[in-house]
Amino acid sequence: MQVQLTVNGQGRSDDVEPRLLLVHYLRQQCGLRAANVGCDTTSCGACTVLLNGRSVKSCTVLTVQAADQEVTTAEGLAADGELHPVQQAFRQEHGLQCGFCTPGMVMAAVGLLAENPHPDEAEVREGLEGNFCRCTGYHNIVRAVLAAAEAMGAEVTP
Amino acid sequence: MIPAPFEYVAADSPEHALELLAEFGDDAKLLAGGHSLLPMMKLRLAYPSVLIDIGRLRELAGIRADGDDLVIGATTCHADVAASDLVRSQAPLLAHSAAQVGDPQIRHRGTIGGSLAHADPAADLPMALVALGGSVEITGPTGTRTAAADDFFTGFLETSLEPGELLTAVRVPRRPGVGWGYQKFVRRANDWAIVGVAATGGRIALANMGQVPVRARAAEQALADGASPAEAAGLAAEGTAPAEDIHADRSYREHLARVLTRRALEHQAG
Repeated sequence: MQVQLTVNGQGRSDDVEPRLLLVHYLRQQCGLRAANVGCDTTSCGACTVLLNGRSVKSCTVLTVQAADQEVTTAEGLAADGELHPVQQAFRQEHGLQCGFCTPGMVMAAVGLLAENPHPDEAEVREGLEGNFCRCTGYHNIVRAVLAAAEAMGAEVTP
Repeated sequence: MIPAPFEYVAADSPEHALELLAEFGDDAKLLAGGHSLLPMMKLRLAYPSVLIDIGRLRELAGIRADGDDLVIGATTCHADVAASDLVRSQAPLLAHSAAQVGDPQIRHRGTIGGSLAHADPAADLPMALVALGGSVEITGPTGTRTAAADDFFTGFLETSLEPGELLTAVRVPRRPGVGWGYQKFVRRANDWAIVGVAATGGRIALANMGQVPVRARAAEQALADGASPAEAAGLAAEGTAPAEDIHADRSYREHLARVLTRRALEHQAG
């Protein structure tokens, strides 16, 4: 069936099977491969994207459920060639090791900071409970999210 | 993993959803957030031939006060229940329970009506609804009805919902300032409860201590008769028949029920 939706700010219209999962649509039909298929069971968070600004696991959303809505992937974060503050902070604080969980972590963090712009460390850890890093590199990931929160706070209240 | 093929229809209204249910009968399943249904479909534990999407029906979402009750639309997601000032002040046990479901991404998609209709006895919201003495509003071909939490859950993943019926809203009594306790024992951070306990206003509900969320009636009676929380908690497993699985045998679950009930009664928020 035909669906219209917005992906990273661009309107699209595609013919999809109702059973096509959003993560497969993004990777195969849109060519956006940031969202990874990790566990495929709504556990690991590697497929996290934003749906209308809220973090969701795209392995457990049908593409047809996203019709007429806005999807944002990690590819859609950088504006005018400049990395999003969360992406910058992940680089600065070495918030990744193998990198497989990183796009999902970044999107979960962007979603978290949209809901809670000034989280403390415990809130960051709780807020990322839906994302697994099998390198166990959590310490720097949490540091990166806290650094991003500080950087983004500084942007709006100089 | 990819679900088996199915036909997808987005309902325009609750009435349209009922018409579609009547048209497709047993072959159809209602889809809201899909966070119980889609994982089962991916594992081919469920293979409906038609999905009727009610997830974007505004009529079925939202939270409002109605006299002595709070009414929460069936497709309201867990995150919205957890963050609602109205729920946090009038039914804090429900807000807390919604905040315990899965993880943030799951709470953005999963819905209160979906979780209750799925009726997993290990899940947070069925237990919370029983503890609160709440009810669900149901619309079907012959009109609307209300099912009390104590009667709604009829078996493992089974409710009193008939095939042609739609759960439209959840109703819980407003109890600002009434103490409540919530305990959940899990092996992993965002797992289902091995045993869970929710207690408020003299009612105690247990998760995963049977095929449905059950009341700890002997403990409730003891409390009503003036027993201490510790004494009452000693009776929490009376009359239960918990399943045995890889996580726990029956005696361990009974032990957990007693310990967690004591904690839920002794450490009350409010």
